[in-house]
Amino acid sequence: MNVKKTALYELHKKHNAKFVEFAGYSMPIQYSEGIVKEHNITRNKSGIFDVSHMGQLFIKYSDDITDKLQEILPTDLKNLKINQSKYSFLMKENGGIYDDLIITRMKDQYMIILNAACKQNDLQIIKNKLNDQNLDMNNDLSLIAIQGPESKTILENVVSNVSKLKFMNGGNFSFKNNEIFITRSGYTGEDGFEISLPNKVAISFVEELILKGSTLIGLAARDTLRLEAGLCLYGHDINENTSPVEANLKWAISKNRINDNFIGSQEIKKQIEEGVSKLRVGIKPETRVIARESTKIFDEKDNEIGKVTSGTFGPSVNASIAMGYISNSHSKTDTKVFLEVRGKKVPANVCDLPFYKKSYVKGEANV
Amino acid sequence: MSNTKFSKEHEWITLDGEVGTIGITKHATEMLGDIVFAELPEKGSNVEKDGTAGVVESTKAASDVYTPVSGEVVEINQSIVDDPSKINADPEGGAWFFKLKLKDKSELDTLMNKEEYDKFAKETSA
Repeated sequence: MNVKKTALYELHKKHNAKFVEFAGYSMPIQYSEGIVKEHNITRNKSGIFDVSHMGQLFIKYSDDITDKLQEILPTDLKNLKINQSKYSFLMKENGGIYDDLIITRMKDQYMIILNAACKQNDLQIIKNKLNDQNLDMNNDLSLIAIQGPESKTILENVVSNVSKLKFMNGGNFSFKNNEIFITRSGYTGEDGFEISLPNKVAISFVEELILKGSTLIGLAARDTLRLEAGLCLYGHDINENTSPVEANLKWAISKNRINDNFIGSQEIKKQIEEGVSKLRVGIKPETRVIARESTKIFDEKDNEIGKVTSGTFGPSVNASIAMGYISNSHSKTDTKVFLEVRGKKVPANVCDLPFYKKSYVKGEANV
Repeated sequence: MSNTKFSKEHEWITLDGEVGTIGITKHATEMLGDIVFAELPEKGSNVEKDGTAGVVESTKAASDVYTPVSGEVVEINQSIVDDPSKINADPEGGAWFFKLKLKDKSELDTLMNKEEYDKFAKETSA
């Protein structure tokens, strides 16, 4: 199979990107600045991320579309306002997660942003559910994220009025006479925006952002940023065998949907009522040693009690950080655990997420 | 660094009397990226040529550090454990890893000189 390229590929190359194949796409893992600098630029100023490999699925409204979508997503879509976004899950029968996603109610359609590695499978599942109606996985669109405290001002210089958007809200804007859709959201724990725009203007749009003071950031720094922010990476921290309850993402199941029917709802309801045996938690090793994915977690009596699902060194917290699933009895904050790294048991503590405090901005008004 | 020798595992060693100072090359740090963790052998321990004698981790991955010669660890550089970013900043100077009292100086003959190493590094990374 040919490796796919995004519309920004040549621009990444021009900026000395190192590429890696990810979900069938050749994506920039880092640029010449390096991961730690790119991470810090995003936290302190502004960074641009090409996330065009992610799926942008559009579903035109019809009479029963909301009901049908509510059968596969545990989110209250009926009370979702126009231009409002919600974090949700494509649910599996066992209560597991086929994918995590962001759904936005647009004027005449839903927009769903899907993970690159899952998008084809997701499309099949959604197609089957909706009997194939009015689905469009749009490949003519790029998806760009701009994240970090200066992003608001920088983007405002390119797209006026964008800074009025509220967190998890979107709106229609224009760039060089092209309609673009922008939401105030992201995956870094910083204030920021995600911009869906035609491929043909993607390079000139990003070049303008760079000109106004933002910087291209690779996928590696995206990973350290999201992990510091305590955000899950699909295929690692959540998957088909972890439920939103076990993943400590119960907040993303709308309260008025808990007793409703959706795929996996019986299992979810049972887990909420009876509790779960394992839970996703934050873990902070007491030394700088990095506990990467699959590191085994032990209690003080040397019983294996869980596994790490993501681990790295967090540049902004200047410490080794990890998250993973741990038996519920050991999931309390400050519980002492041990991580087996290269044959040695490294002391660590269960901790609250996020590792790095979020600085989402509420925004001024709806547009 | 005229009396500095290099290994295929990208370590350097400079001999001063009986004691060799060992670190990783600039080329190695460029391949690893930002180093965020370093683990060194224990002072007083004995290490064998080409055996592991520490670990460095970048944000991407962990890599073993090998010793290019055998000997007893007589000193370690705690400052790179406390601040591993020093390894990226000055790998062939202040960010040395450990010092060894060499067991057999003839082991140095198996290593490369600067010119040979530069050629080797260029070929293997191409």
